[in-house]
Amino acid sequence: MTGIVTIFQYIISGLAQGSIYAVVAIGFNIIYNSTGIINFAQGEFVVLGAMVSITFSAIFPLWAAIAMGIAVASLYGALVEIVFVKYARAFSPLRAICLASIVFILVSASGLFSFLHPVLSILFGLAVALPFGAGGEFLLLRFQKEQNVLQLIIITIGVSILTRETMKHVWGKDVFALRYFTGTAITTISVGGVYISPQLLWVLGTVTLVVAGLYLFYKYTLVGKAMRAVSLDRKAAQLCGINARLLVTLSFILSAAIGALAGAVTSPQTSTDYKMGSSFAINGFTVAILGGLGNSFAAALAGLLLGVLESFTTAIVPSSYKEVVVIIIMLLILFFKPSGLFGKREERTLKEF
Amino acid sequence: MKRNWLTRPALGAAFLAAIFAAGACSSSGTGTIKIGTLFAVTGGASNLGAPEQKTIEMLVAEINAQGGVDGRQIEVVYKDTQAKNENAISFAKQLIEEDKVLAILGPTTSGESMGVKDLCEQNKMLLISCAAAETITTPVSPHIFKTPQNDALAAMKIFEDMKGKGITKIGVLNANSGFGKGGKAQLEKYAPQYGITIAAAEEYNKDAKDLSDVVTKIKSAGVQAVVNWSIEPAQAIVIKNIRQLGMKQPIYQSHGFGNIKYVEAAGKEAAEGVIFPCGRLLAIDILPDSNPQKAVLRKYKSDYESKYNEEVSTFGGHAYDALMLLIQSIKNAGSTDPEKVRDALEQIKNFPGTGGIFNFSPTDHNGLTIDAFEMFTVHDGKFALYTK
Repeated sequence: MTGIVTIFQYIISGLAQGSIYAVVAIGFNIIYNSTGIINFAQGEFVVLGAMVSITFSAIFPLWAAIAMGIAVASLYGALVEIVFVKYARAFSPLRAICLASIVFILVSASGLFSFLHPVLSILFGLAVALPFGAGGEFLLLRFQKEQNVLQLIIITIGVSILTRETMKHVWGKDVFALRYFTGTAITTISVGGVYISPQLLWVLGTVTLVVAGLYLFYKYTLVGKAMRAVSLDRKAAQLCGINARLLVTLSFILSAAIGALAGAVTSPQTSTDYKMGSSFAINGFTVAILGGLGNSFAAALAGLLLGVLESFTTAIVPSSYKEVVVIIIMLLILFFKPSGLFGKREERTLKEF
Repeated sequence: MKRNWLTRPALGAAFLAAIFAAGACSSSGTGTIKIGTLFAVTGGASNLGAPEQKTIEMLVAEINAQGGVDGRQIEVVYKDTQAKNENAISFAKQLIEEDKVLAILGPTTSGESMGVKDLCEQNKMLLISCAAAETITTPVSPHIFKTPQNDALAAMKIFEDMKGKGITKIGVLNANSGFGKGGKAQLEKYAPQYGITIAAAEEYNKDAKDLSDVVTKIKSAGVQAVVNWSIEPAQAIVIKNIRQLGMKQPIYQSHGFGNIKYVEAAGKEAAEGVIFPCGRLLAIDILPDSNPQKAVLRKYKSDYESKYNEEVSTFGGHAYDALMLLIQSIKNAGSTDPEKVRDALEQIKNFPGTGGIFNFSPTDHNGLTIDAFEMFTVHDGKFALYTK
């Protein structure tokens, strides 16, 4: 390869890596924006979305399978929020039902009653889950206190472990991959000797659409504006008649949906296994911080930049030193600009994190 | 707590009774034959140790039900090392001094094996390790044997194939895991012997999601073939990235590729034509019937899978080989005198095991040659024997 072609190939390679960071990082900002917490279960939302899409892609067209992946992950995001994050003062039937569903998922995944007829096993699962749901709700009511941001973050770490182990029981320890959206794994477009996988274009397209969509959503829709209001000052927003609790649930749903979409669109390239979530979360979180927390556009740009930076680092030093170089550069950036590459200092002083 | 206090003495008593019943007889002609195991059943290496112990439990039950070895029942003293060196050493001492076993099977990992090696040698205790490191049996110690194939053999098998194709300039990729680094070391060690230069070598993060950048680097080095050494999903990703960058060169993978799930994850188009060396356990159905290992492998696989309802693994196979080799040597020696059994083991020839055909000698206590590996390729999404 001649020099200039090689340079472009490194840029494309960097974008391939960076687009994965970017698409995962965007999901972090939505929950952060409405609650101020970092959701460390975001990586599991990504894996869950990919896994469900892969499972359904065997029988349904690709788009339908991905839609199902997004639907299941959104539902799960709502469950998580209602059970673990929401704070209620009186007995909440909704939370009891959600708690029961989580227990039911756990019982089914563990295969406790799998020796029985499927219908019987579902009944037995329900028989276990319902009392647990009601009892758990009473316990939560009795002991749960309104949590601060730090406690909620720890809870998301717990949720991530719970989700990961459950997925291990459902899908096993093997690797899976969604099929390619265009062509196969070896389909590649050559532009003057620079090779590009069509899947990279799909990922980049998704990043662009999601960023643009979120921008319009936050700027022009009533719900989006309400979410921004809640993130700026929850009490004031509630005084204005905004249902803050509902919006927080909604932000978990949106965040899980974007996570699931990220999982589905990257799965053909990255493959998916049950324990991938934590490394997705770490990469995505790093990129979200680097860009400036709360800003989806910044997260996407920072992700792509980081990918290209890594790629050129590999070109110069052995790739085993890549992470050292990249971490030093990131530390320098955050040292001189603690609010992230694109974050505003004034904004940062208003937030807890 | 209470339950522990109740069951422990009971177990202990049963254990002692067993020792008294059999202990004095282990080296004479009657009574049970006593064997010790050191497997990492729990802890970090449980993926390896658990199937090893299950395999021994299954085999011993079967052999005893059929009347034992030369009319004598086998009794096994199981020790769980949890993959910790200090446990392995203290359990080995117990097995030697208190249980007075005939031989020890295991340990599971290379570190533990090296930890108990000198202890066993000093006490003239026969040890058949289930760990892979070459240093366990090189240089040879009289009482130390091992059943898994050396990593070096896989590297040599790959180079042999390259030599046949006239490939002299290659790129090496490996994950930053113990397995990946070990493989890279062997590749670098043996490449000059086959007249092969490693033009570019890159180590990547084992959790990497995209490897286009390292592949770009390998590509610009202008290599004739790429070797990748890893056991993580990365080995599926790397194939896709190589093909997406328009590289048509042959791709070689390590024996860690021998799980069809990696082919599925890479997609059959990208995995087509990937070449890798592997033991025969994962490819029983495509072996010709004339292969002496086929019957052994098929029986082990079907017995294990029907009993435990989980997929058979090469690790359990290493324990299978260790026990069967020991039993064969007891039969050959016609005695359970430890030195006679050791001598008989050292003389075993053409013994079909799960890992290969074992041929021991006073200078080779691993007994496997490069033929323990078969070259496989992927054709239309399935493993196939590789023929040039």
